Amino acid sequence: MAKELIKGNTAVAEAALRVGLEAYFGYPITPQTELLEHLSARMPELGRPFVQAESELGAINMVYGAACTGKRVMTSSSSPGVSLMMEGLSYIAGTEVPAVFVDVVRGGPGLGNIAPAQGDYNQIVHGGGHGDYHLIVLAPASVQEAIDLTGLAFDLADKYRSIVCIMLDGSLGQMMEPAEIPPMQPLKAEIPDWAVRGNSDGDRRILTSINLDPPAQERMNYRLMTRWQEIEANEVRFKSYYLDDADFVVVGFGTAGRIALSAVRAAREKGIKIGLLRPITVAPFPNEVLEELTEKVKGFLVVEMNAGQMLEDVRLVVRGRKPVEFFGRMGGVVPFPDEVLTEIERLVAVPLTTNGHPRDRWLARMADVIG
Amino acid sequence: MVMMDVPTRVVYSRPEALDPRVTHYCPGCTHGISHRLVAEVLEEMGEVENTIGVASVGCSVFAYNYFNIDFVEAAHGRAPAMATGIKRVLPDRMVFTYQGDGDLASIGMGEIVGAASRGELLTVVFINNANYGMTGGQMAPTTLPGQVTTSSPTGRDVKRQGYPIQTAELLSTLDGAAYVVRRSLHNTREVRRAKKALRTAFEVQKHRLGFSLVELLSTCPTNWGMSPVEARDWVEERMLTYYPLGDYKVSPAVAELNL
Ligand SMILES: Cc1ncc(C[n+]2csc(CCOP(=O)(O)OP(=O)(O)O)c2C)c(N)n1
Repeated sequence: MAKELIKGNTAVAEAALRVGLEAYFGYPITPQTELLEHLSARMPELGRPFVQAESELGAINMVYGAACTGKRVMTSSSSPGVSLMMEGLSYIAGTEVPAVFVDVVRGGPGLGNIAPAQGDYNQIVHGGGHGDYHLIVLAPASVQEAIDLTGLAFDLADKYRSIVCIMLDGSLGQMMEPAEIPPMQPLKAEIPDWAVRGNSDGDRRILTSINLDPPAQERMNYRLMTRWQEIEANEVRFKSYYLDDADFVVVGFGTAGRIALSAVRAAREKGIKIGLLRPITVAPFPNEVLEELTEKVKGFLVVEMNAGQMLEDVRLVVRGRKPVEFFGRMGGVVPFPDEVLTEIERLVAVPLTTNGHPRDRWLARMADVIG
Repeated sequence: MVMMDVPTRVVYSRPEALDPRVTHYCPGCTHGISHRLVAEVLEEMGEVENTIGVASVGCSVFAYNYFNIDFVEAAHGRAPAMATGIKRVLPDRMVFTYQGDGDLASIGMGEIVGAASRGELLTVVFINNANYGMTGGQMAPTTLPGQVTTSSPTGRDVKRQGYPIQTAELLSTLDGAAYVVRRSLHNTREVRRAKKALRTAFEVQKHRLGFSLVELLSTCPTNWGMSPVEARDWVEERMLTYYPLGDYKVSPAVAELNL
């Protein structure tokens, strides 16, 4: 199949449908809405359910119900809507049913704006809902990667009876790029044994997240945690650029990672030995490669479109052994490659420290730019 | 003793759809009656092997333990959304929610209005016991003016705490709702009428005529601080005036069902 010029939101919607999405439930919110709109036309064409829910609370709980039948289902939203979904996500996690959702992240907090941002990292990666659970979080950096990760999202959700989030920065949802969507695949044929179906086989099934007996609930938590360990061992994905001989490493995901790559290339042209680590799964986080790099390199620069949320995960691995610096733009402001290049040049030129917090130094530097 | 060969005939037994275990409900609570009515209706319709129930958060949170039916358990107020998800992907199954008045008419008002207005092919069993039972008897949207609860200790003052919600009346205004009625469980005559209404509601779903809901006035002797008999009388004397029994919505297609 040939590449076509296609918008991120539409591409993910069409890709989901082609990898066997059987029902979609959503609520309009910019910059995600084209995803819902695309499916509002395509799903009925294929005789598959599409429901515009009364709210994101409704949407995620419709996903919850439909997921209990073992079908491939999903929802999509953007930051304020995803906040509303946290309750449902915790219930889905607590019931151990597979589900996929897309968060097209916009500037916040509050109503914020509709510009691209990465401020949902903490809410999505470190869990905004109550209780101990983890989401698998995929962070593409291009429309093509978003398409490819959509297929993976459903496979991982099914495999681990887990929730998978495709975290798109607003820019990826809105941007048009040449990309190829895989051909239509048949729907999943078999019903998993745990799925409710209406006693049709004589066996009665109950799917619930309540467990009044603390030791039994603890066993359930233990199962979730050991499953997460398995995911951490098997599902880490990242992309590395120019890391072989790098003295310094930029770490960035999604759009920030892509912008940083332009800056890294420009720095390489200037003879700076720098590379880029771009986590594709921000959860599970690529701890191992970061650990290897910590031993090898002189310092790190974390670049994000937030105030340093992934930064803390990087610092947990590096543990003060090497200097870590941070550069971010917030609230829907997208950094320019030039800005990142300036940060790279500063990184290699000034004496670095492992004291203090990189966020404090960054905020001090940004006083004139933002303040 | 003379052994006589008397032919026996079973005239009354536990429906197969009801699990034989002892429920956790308080003495005099009518949750048990409404469970039984739902089970009898599904059995009489031959739908036990084709039904998925959605339990809600409230005293009936463990309803799924008492039915021999596939069940899921929703978050507080979200049962109609969860049921929508199930029904849309399994359109041939009978899907019902079982919800209390705090669950449906307070925290879940958005979900129930959404489901009813979309005309989801669901049946809702709505238990109105004029308080939040599970959490210990707080004021609910259905608590009557002047009614004392643990969070309206001097009686519900409508100036400060607003007025009760008449759910059946409210939902009956929605075009997606095909069948919306209120019944009561406070005496045998009303229990029989409640069963007929539940049968109609499930038939409405089976015939794909739209959303159906049966509101059931129910007792909560423990939290009302009454004996079961006093609670029954309180339904008759106090609740029936604010919540008149009746058919609030019977769409023309439902009227033609002729059950
Ligand atoms: C989000 C959320 N808020 C509050 C609660 C606590 N809670 C559990 S049951 C309940 C009230 C249920 O009352 P009702 O729906 O009237 O049913 P009843 O117990 O009277 O049968 C509340 C407030 C909860 N479980 N979840």
